[in-house]
Amino acid sequence: MGTGERPLTFFALILPFLAAAAAPLLTRLLKHNAAWVLALAPLWMFSHFAGMLGPVSEGAAIAGGFDWIPSLGVRFSWYIDGLSLTFALLITGIGTLIVLYSGGYLKGHPHQGRFFSFILMFMGAMQGLVVADSFLMLFVFWELTSITSFLLIGFDHAREASRRAALQALVVTGLGGLSLLAGLLVIGAVSGQDDLSGLLASGDLMRNSPLYLAALILLLGGAFTKSAQFPFHFWLPNAMEAPTPVSAYLHSATMVKAGVYLVMRMNPVMGDTVAWETILPLFGGVTLLVGTLLALRQTDLKLMLAYTTVASLGLLVMLTGFGSEKAVEAAVLYLIAHSMFKGALFMVAGLIDHESGTRDIRSLGGLRGAMPVTFAAAILAALSMGGLPLFFGFLAKEEIYAAIAVGGGWATLVTVVAIVGNALMFAIAFAVGLRPFIGAAAKTPKHAHEGPVLLWLGPVVLALSGLIAAMFSTIAHQLLSSPMASAVAGQDLQIDISTIPHIGMPLLHSALTIALGIGAYLALDRLRASMASVLEAIGWGPDRGFDQAIRGLLRLSFGVTKIVQNGRLDIYMTVTFIAVALTLLVPMVLFGELPSVPVFPDLWFYEWTVVAIAVIGLGAVVYAQDRLTAIVSLGIQGFAVALLFMLMGAPDLSFTQFMVETLSVVILALVMTRLRLSVSDHRPTGQKILDVSVAGACGLAFGMLLLKVTQLPFDETLSTFFKNYSLVIAHGRNVVNVIIVDFRGLDTLGEIAVVMITGLAILALIRIRTKDQTVPAKRKGRR
Amino acid sequence: METVLSVLVGLFFAVGIYLMLSKHVIRILLGIAIFGNAVNLLIFTVGRIVREVPPIIPHGFDVPPGPVANPLPQALILTAIVISFSFFAFLLVLAYRAYQEIGTDDTDGMRVAEPEGESLPPLGY
Amino acid sequence: MRTLIFRTAAPYLTSLMLLFSVFVLLRGHNEPGGGFIGGLIAASAFAIYGIAFGVPEVRRSMYFHPMAISGFGLFLAALSGLLSYVFHVPFLTGIWTSPSLFGITVDLSTVMFFDIGVYLVVVGSITSIALALEEREDG
Repeated sequence: MGTGERPLTFFALILPFLAAAAAPLLTRLLKHNAAWVLALAPLWMFSHFAGMLGPVSEGAAIAGGFDWIPSLGVRFSWYIDGLSLTFALLITGIGTLIVLYSGGYLKGHPHQGRFFSFILMFMGAMQGLVVADSFLMLFVFWELTSITSFLLIGFDHAREASRRAALQALVVTGLGGLSLLAGLLVIGAVSGQDDLSGLLASGDLMRNSPLYLAALILLLGGAFTKSAQFPFHFWLPNAMEAPTPVSAYLHSATMVKAGVYLVMRMNPVMGDTVAWETILPLFGGVTLLVGTLLALRQTDLKLMLAYTTVASLGLLVMLTGFGSEKAVEAAVLYLIAHSMFKGALFMVAGLIDHESGTRDIRSLGGLRGAMPVTFAAAILAALSMGGLPLFFGFLAKEEIYAAIAVGGGWATLVTVVAIVGNALMFAIAFAVGLRPFIGAAAKTPKHAHEGPVLLWLGPVVLALSGLIAAMFSTIAHQLLSSPMASAVAGQDLQIDISTIPHIGMPLLHSALTIALGIGAYLALDRLRASMASVLEAIGWGPDRGFDQAIRGLLRLSFGVTKIVQNGRLDIYMTVTFIAVALTLLVPMVLFGELPSVPVFPDLWFYEWTVVAIAVIGLGAVVYAQDRLTAIVSLGIQGFAVALLFMLMGAPDLSFTQFMVETLSVVILALVMTRLRLSVSDHRPTGQKILDVSVAGACGLAFGMLLLKVTQLPFDETLSTFFKNYSLVIAHGRNVVNVIIVDFRGLDTLGEIAVVMITGLAILALIRIRTKDQTVPAKRKGRR
Repeated sequence: METVLSVLVGLFFAVGIYLMLSKHVIRILLGIAIFGNAVNLLIFTVGRIVREVPPIIPHGFDVPPGPVANPLPQALILTAIVISFSFFAFLLVLAYRAYQEIGTDDTDGMRVAEPEGESLPPLGY
Repeated sequence: MRTLIFRTAAPYLTSLMLLFSVFVLLRGHNEPGGGFIGGLIAASAFAIYGIAFGVPEVRRSMYFHPMAISGFGLFLAALSGLLSYVFHVPFLTGIWTSPSLFGITVDLSTVMFFDIGVYLVVVGSITSIALALEEREDG
């Protein structure tokens, strides 16, 4: 890696977002062929990351970054070791194929440009997630994948099922994201680190902390929701509402593996404890079984694949938590294999759907003649998924059985779960990859024929890469698997498994799996029927629970709104002022801050007179029986205030107050003579007593507050500053005016803007008319 | 002096709030006008009172020679008076227009934004 | 309201008040007064004129729409603040100059133009409000 590596890596991180911005325009110009141009972005990223294979496979980690928000200590930084690099290569490599595939799949779709945009944005988010070093970046990109996934699932937003699936995915993974954030905060607090590279060295600190279990559960809350572990698995099959490129990319090859990535990333730090080695295999194992059993129930090719994806994710979590180096190696191999064969099979399912018009396995058959290339890709991918020799999936499976065959009750249980799960996945693999192509040709909605190159290129390349990687397993292990496994295990590991079968327990388990799998494949229809009846008997699942929870939430918020926002202004006001009175009075009484009893004030006669005028004015406003009295008495109290300002050394205020009171009286008179507004009070006596007590309590509170404040010493710093510098700095003798136009000029600028806006608002209010005109004719035709 | 003003400010607040608790728009408006004066007087009094000496520097001096009134609260209140007036005018016109459109000055009858007996929103997605 | 005395006195009253408002505005920096007060006095003057002769007459004699005057005032105030950037000082810093014209020294400052801006905003907005309400009165 040369010195130009850092800016180039940064460019690779932002390139997908740039491409996303350009996608709509490109698509408008080039139609679906824009895919060829847009695919260059992930292709270049792939080659950039592939250039890192050399140093990373020798054990180096490539780190870089720059200060993002220096004042908060936030860095935009990346840390690329074997784990990150393998993920990055999968994301960009499969991403390239997916962009091409989308070009063919959504050809002619009116929003194809938007789709490209979303999928490239997702690619950028996922990419950032797997290379992120700082916790904050990890979290931001994690949430970004949730949001882009929401956009992609809801792409076909005119259908309610899409909207529901999108919302469900967002709610489940979003809640998980919050849990992850909390977990990262706990980890940050315990370890004192705010980036992953620093955290990797603090494993013992974490494991010995009393907060370990809390951090673990919060972290797994994020990982399990994202990676669709039971009981959070239900959103993933629903996400199949998205167009097939999305299912292939997000919901099998990449995004759903983010949870697995997190678990693997944290393995050196959080792993090797009893909690880790209990929770992970438990949830993973249950997910594996539930996923495969539910997959049997399905007839839709995509749904079958979706449930096996759930199962595979369970298998990965189970292996990561098993707690041996071999298991880690197995998880790594299976993850790589799964991304390739499942991506390919999804694309095949989409291709069949696209060309034949249906994805229902019961109405498909005999496509081998019509779609030979698709058939080839499908069977290659199915062989890898089934774990048959010569394919990468076989390596993974052998390694799995080798890893868990260590004896003991726990390991035996895990082995049985793995064999049953793998056997059922074998059956599904061939149900998807073989069954639509053999047998008698079935009548499909569209006359099936081979798809265009854009569509079959992706599955063929992915399926072949599963074969090639197994052929040259030594190189694949050296470059990808071993560095990744080392990163996950936190120590140097060398994977050496190859396609030549070894005689021993793993091979026996493999044979057993394949035998069981063939049996399940042949009995698929009967298994499906019995699964269907079992599920019917249960009747309730987390999917329905989600609906119930959302409806309950709606009802609850509606009920709360009805109470809080009851639409009655007088109640709002009463509650507000009771709160005001309490916040002022309670602390004063509780903390003994009541004002001391003042001495009787020594006022001059005319001062008393002005105060008396104010009081009379106030009283007259309250007791006014007609409009004129009310207006005049309002004026009286206002002029009394103006006089008070005058007496206390504030001539500016006094003049302003005089002018304002005059204008207020004028406009009040103008409006009120036009309205038959009743002025006198019609409140019932009970209401009056309540209002008087609330108003009285507020008045008392403000009065006491003011009394207390004036009894405390006064800080004159600011006032003295203004007095001393008004003439010297600002060349003005009227200190008040200098403050307004000079010292605090910005405030004044804002304030005159407000005055102007209210003027505009008033003009607008006067001129608008409601649609149904009931205004008298004489007002018409005015501006 | 501060004591008398404290009591007076308390009275201004009480009257303003009492009027604002009414259901008649016009009384609420009167209350708001008084409330504005109450707040201005509050700010003024918090800055302490000096009788009759405005904060103006006489000719021949660079700083005020003796104690003068506190200029800071005055500057704050000056703009506050103008702004509260423009808001008062806005509220007045709003009440006037509402009266024209809805035909009532009773806040109980003004339920366009929050109608009574609203039904549950749709439960779909 | 439109008595003979009022209608006769109104033009003089209005012009006197307008003159006074400018006086109050300009002396504001050293004596009590300033843009806010001046603006309110001028707005009252227009309101009185409107009550005496009707709103169309005021609109005709003002020539510009009141809100346009208000907008110009805000523009002037902001502009006098922006001038600071030419002299590399923070936004709204007062800049003073004392040019001599025919032997008479005149103090000019951005602060003065800022205050004139305040005056215009207040005149424009408040007059606009008052006229809008008076207009309904005529109808």
